[in-house]
Amino acid sequence: MTTPPPLALAKVGKVYGGRRVLADVNVTFQPGRIAAVLGPNGAGKTTLLGILSTLVTPSAGEVRWGAEPLGRGSPARARIGYVGHEPGVYGDLTAAENVALFAGLHGVPDGAARAPALLARVGLGDAQRDVPARTFSRGMLQRLALARALVHDPTLLLFDEPAAALDPAGAAWLTGELAAERSAGRTVVLVTHDLAAAAIADQVVILRRGRVVFDEVRPGGFGVEALRSTYEEKTRG
Amino acid sequence: MVEGGAGARAPGFFAQVLRIAGKDLAIEWRSREVLATMTFLAIVVVLIFSFAFVVEGARPPAPVVAGILWIALVVSGTVGLARAFDREREGEAIRSLLLTPAPRAAIYLGKLAATAALMAITQTVLTGLAGVLFSTSFAAVAGRVALLLGLGIVGFAAAGCVFSAALLRARGRDALLATLLYPIIVPIVIAGARGTTQLIDPVTPDFDGARFWTQFLVAVDILFITAGVWAFEPIAASD
Repeated sequence: MTTPPPLALAKVGKVYGGRRVLADVNVTFQPGRIAAVLGPNGAGKTTLLGILSTLVTPSAGEVRWGAEPLGRGSPARARIGYVGHEPGVYGDLTAAENVALFAGLHGVPDGAARAPALLARVGLGDAQRDVPARTFSRGMLQRLALARALVHDPTLLLFDEPAAALDPAGAAWLTGELAAERSAGRTVVLVTHDLAAAAIADQVVILRRGRVVFDEVRPGGFGVEALRSTYEEKTRG
Repeated sequence: MVEGGAGARAPGFFAQVLRIAGKDLAIEWRSREVLATMTFLAIVVVLIFSFAFVVEGARPPAPVVAGILWIALVVSGTVGLARAFDREREGEAIRSLLLTPAPRAAIYLGKLAATAALMAITQTVLTGLAGVLFSTSFAAVAGRVALLLGLGIVGFAAAGCVFSAALLRARGRDALLATLLYPIIVPIVIAGARGTTQLIDPVTPDFDGARFWTQFLVAVDILFITAGVWAFEPIAASD
């Protein structure tokens, strides 16, 4: 995979019905890093992720991926993978059919043939491959969501509270997957409330009332305690 | 330029339309829950009208038969439309769909095609049943009636898919869908019922009149599909 360019937000803002949700956000996300976006409820984290995914249009500012502007009409949006707290798959289709469907929609050749290997990679074996996704547990659905998000080999991976409903084993598995995606050179942006999950991040962005109050890069991670004290300090009051 | 991966190449527009429609029809083929509900409801409507209008075996007038056919189409079609985006809403599959390179217009046309296909199956069953219950032979005008019904179905689905998508997360969307949709589709029902009446009239069929209503429905379909493609883009946007 060619190293993707950095993803840069410049003076990005978002207003919903007169209410300012994001204001003057200037952040750059580099490939080969995990960036954790933290903040209290209503800080604008999910809106920020929506803008990065191109599903939400910013009211102000610009998002650029290398030289290209990133927006709804941008061809670069085809290189984005998204895993939300909802799995984003069809419950009536089997795991393999879901992967094949999204492979086809992304224009990936032989998507159906790629599905077994991809499902095996996320821990869904032969027994689960041909079972309707609606019969899956929450953890299995998140694994399928990751397979769906990876099917077109995206260079930008966005995660919105992906571990919210996972048990400790599932959360540990997800942490391993995030680290693997970082090693593969992908740009990983993770929105979470979970400081333990965010501790593996190389970059931490803290939002408060729609503004960036902290943005720091520490290769090798922050550590939970350091992150907790920074978070409490930056979001207090 | 951001490089692609997995050998991905943007699929053709109509390939995307067919993939989305095929997905819906494959799911429906497995469960048949929407199709069964639509067909059951349509049969009930026709049966109720047959008890009301068939007195001592007398064949009801052509306008009555045509009206019943189109009322059943609207009622059963509304059920199908109300469920058209249910599978996208569950598990937020709509977000995954919108994140693919598939153009919004392709998503809209795929949903339209799948909905129209289900309505066409229901309407085929219904027309056969109406022929038996109302002693009406459609054989001589089968092609023309099928064309009228097909055009009506496409127009109905074209308008309905837009409202169904707009009401994706609305509470009480079933009631809202009918309230919003029915005033819009009045021209389709009038044209369809009038054209069908002129075709199945056993004494004086009016093929020229039916041709006018067929052309009218073509124009309405073009208008509704164009408006639907245009309207679906902002409707599908999550902000």
